[in-house]
Amino acid sequence: MFDYETMRVIWWVITGAVATGFVLTVGFDFGIGALLPFVGRNDVERRVVINTIGPTWDGNQVWLILLGGAIFAVWPAVYATLFSGLYIAMLLVLFTLFFRPVGFDYRSKLDCPKWRNAWDWGLFIGGAVPPILMGVLVGNLLVGLPFHLDGSLRSFYDGSFFGLLMPFPLLCGVIGVLACVFHGAVYLSCRTEGAIERRARRIALIGGLVLVALIVLAAAWVILGIPRPEILSMAGPGAPSNPMAKTVDFSGSWLVNFQAHPRMFAAPALAVLGVPAAALLAGSGRAVAAFAASSVGIGGLLWTVGFGLFPFMLISTTDPRSSLTIWDASASHLNLQWSLAITLVFLPIVLLYTQWAYRVIWGKVTEAEIVKGDHTLY
Amino acid sequence: MIGDEVVNLSRLQFGLTALYHFLFVPLTLGLTFLLAIMESVYVMTGKQVYKDMTRFWGKLFGINFAMGVTTGITLEFQFGTNWSYYSHYVGDIFGPILASEGLMSFFLESTFVGLFFFGWDRMSRVQHLSVTWLLALGTNTSALWILIANAWMQHPVGTEFNYQTLRMELTSFADVFFNPVAQVKFVHTVAAGYVTGAMFVLGISSWYLLKGRDIGFARRSFSIAAAFGLASILSVIVLGDESGYTDGEVQKVKLAAIEAAWETEKPPAAFTLIGFPDQDKQETRFALRIPYVLGLIATRSVDEEVKGLKELRQSSLAHIRSGQTAYWALEKIRAGDLSAPVRAEFEAHKADLGFGLLLRKYTDNVAGASEELVQKAAADTIPCVGPLFWTFRVMVACGFTLLFVFVMAFYFCATRVADRKRWLLKLAVWSIPLPWIAAETGWFVAEYGRQPWTISGVLPTHLSTSSISAGDLWFSIAGFAFFYTALLVIELYLMLKYVKLGPSSLYTGRYHFEQPAAALSNPAA
Repeated sequence: MFDYETMRVIWWVITGAVATGFVLTVGFDFGIGALLPFVGRNDVERRVVINTIGPTWDGNQVWLILLGGAIFAVWPAVYATLFSGLYIAMLLVLFTLFFRPVGFDYRSKLDCPKWRNAWDWGLFIGGAVPPILMGVLVGNLLVGLPFHLDGSLRSFYDGSFFGLLMPFPLLCGVIGVLACVFHGAVYLSCRTEGAIERRARRIALIGGLVLVALIVLAAAWVILGIPRPEILSMAGPGAPSNPMAKTVDFSGSWLVNFQAHPRMFAAPALAVLGVPAAALLAGSGRAVAAFAASSVGIGGLLWTVGFGLFPFMLISTTDPRSSLTIWDASASHLNLQWSLAITLVFLPIVLLYTQWAYRVIWGKVTEAEIVKGDHTLY
Repeated sequence: MIGDEVVNLSRLQFGLTALYHFLFVPLTLGLTFLLAIMESVYVMTGKQVYKDMTRFWGKLFGINFAMGVTTGITLEFQFGTNWSYYSHYVGDIFGPILASEGLMSFFLESTFVGLFFFGWDRMSRVQHLSVTWLLALGTNTSALWILIANAWMQHPVGTEFNYQTLRMELTSFADVFFNPVAQVKFVHTVAAGYVTGAMFVLGISSWYLLKGRDIGFARRSFSIAAAFGLASILSVIVLGDESGYTDGEVQKVKLAAIEAAWETEKPPAAFTLIGFPDQDKQETRFALRIPYVLGLIATRSVDEEVKGLKELRQSSLAHIRSGQTAYWALEKIRAGDLSAPVRAEFEAHKADLGFGLLLRKYTDNVAGASEELVQKAAADTIPCVGPLFWTFRVMVACGFTLLFVFVMAFYFCATRVADRKRWLLKLAVWSIPLPWIAAETGWFVAEYGRQPWTISGVLPTHLSTSSISAGDLWFSIAGFAFFYTALLVIELYLMLKYVKLGPSSLYTGRYHFEQPAAALSNPAA
């Protein structure tokens, strides 16, 4: 098929696409979970909120599983270094994710206010904590992580969990959860009516405007305040994956890729235009258009980070040479080919039946429906 | 070198979380198929009771499925968090299999499970039936992928070591996919899942029949479970995966350990039905042996021999010595010596590199390890026989008990007297835990029997872990213990509540607790 170098770029793009799928779908599920105790003021209202995502959240969550699987399959060194290095943070993400599957399914199976209220707060934790931690993680990807590889390419993490919680990554954590809440509020305004819809619209309007301000702040902080690594020498973009065969220092510029390929500026432009546009559209009641705009805006934000980092995947601050790039952390050429073939066959099928599933369940979830479906709905 | 404590705690955590996850998986595998069968009968006959059956057993399925999803994510995370050197070393092969599982199976089951529950009034009967079948297809292909991954750990094929990237790399995807061990494991495991689903439905239906509740509903559920369960238990036993144990050296060790076969016998070997294996003396006391049977089971022939543990240990010794040479050559190459003789030496011995790595448990100087350490490493290649011998027999005993239950259930169903055979109904209720015991012991045999390897003959367990601290592990183990205990209590509470409520939980007005006479004893009220 393609040469090794091209395959690596293709897989960088596909990994980004899967990450986009994750952020745009699980993103609104997280956001709606985080909003649940606040936009739903009584049991029926909360059930309306839960049932807007009840039939589809599980399918959405597979984007997260697939993102993990894709990194494991195609960037095994990244998977190994990231998950073991950020051990405590990853387990906190995992533990808080536990609340979701059981929360959705078990909450309304007992008619007991304490039980239901407890699960609502469980869904809140499961919706709010993972995006905060994932935002902190993205912040640390930009700042770099303290890790090194030894001669057998075993990775060692030289920092601690609390070392992750520095000001810039924390700002990214806020952006992470706010983006989800904003996106979730927009989705909620598509699928609800009356009081819940009004609350969701207001949250979308305010949340979107704050979000875009924070994004601009974070972008300025990155460009002015965070050093970017630069590859001084390496074995070549088509060479076997061995990170130790390169030299790296911190003399780079975050704008280097954008200056080389000005079309990449489309990503930050979409972010800073899409998010406020979505906020205003949601505020004026054009929910579906707002959802399209918020998807474009959040997608643009994600790709902005990706373009800024390229070709770096994990930056090491303690041993820059150990940094992982798409040229030296990928799986073998044969693996990339097989993985591409499988993806090209099955991803379109997934998209096909996913959109069918959404078509089947689409529409406003009403309080009347909840009362009628007391024993069948979530 | 990595401390034993980190290795042992990592194994403990993975073992416990995997066994815990597998409390929910087999029921999902079996129930999705049973739901699809029940709904098919509904669509074909139009009888409402079959729709009610699909919905009620579907409710119980949902309670179980949520736990399966919750505990499944843990396993994906753990390869990275706790087995990061493993992920680096074999991610090239193992990763794509897991990713394929996500792409082909998890999306399918997770998308259609939502439509299964929420789509009853939103699509035609045939559309909903298709959704249910696709859900079953999703769960079952998920098992296919995970068993391909597991089979590759037991019998790694289609891969070789690359000295430039210091890891195993894919050489043939087809070999990995069509791994003979994967075929037998898949059939054995999904069929065991079907047995679990069938036993669950059979046992609970029997309980309703014993209580004289919802007779028509319970009798129909009982019949479907009896027929499906009989077919499934026959598949599990006939296609028992012992036949896969002759492929590959480490699988042979496992087979010999399960059977406590210390010596290589003239074929066909005798089967030790029961006995007391003694690891130190390398013999089995009070062994009750049945001639020829082991050879027939294991090799499907009368003239192939089943290798004994003593001989297998000698053969490990040779592999370790060859692995030392491979390790020596690899170190030379890594230091920059790419001369022809060094590379030739590496190529000649690299298949045994993993055996050389066994020595890393004791020394960093693999090439120059003393004879004593080499002997220790060879002894490590023989797993502890006692636990394998016994758990295997527990599994088999559960299997044959289940065969008896399903044969009886099917026979009395066919003669239409099942609900009058109270002993059978009671037996069915008490047999509900058996498929789980069999599944858990089966996995124990498969994975404990693979020790000291994570990837048989390729990567030792003690090298596979992450470079984390014992404190990290205690944190995560405490977290898992807390969440998993709480969730199990909640899950069992809900499950029992809905089992007791029965089809009355559908609020159709047709079932036991909704009849005026029974309303007083309604446990939901």
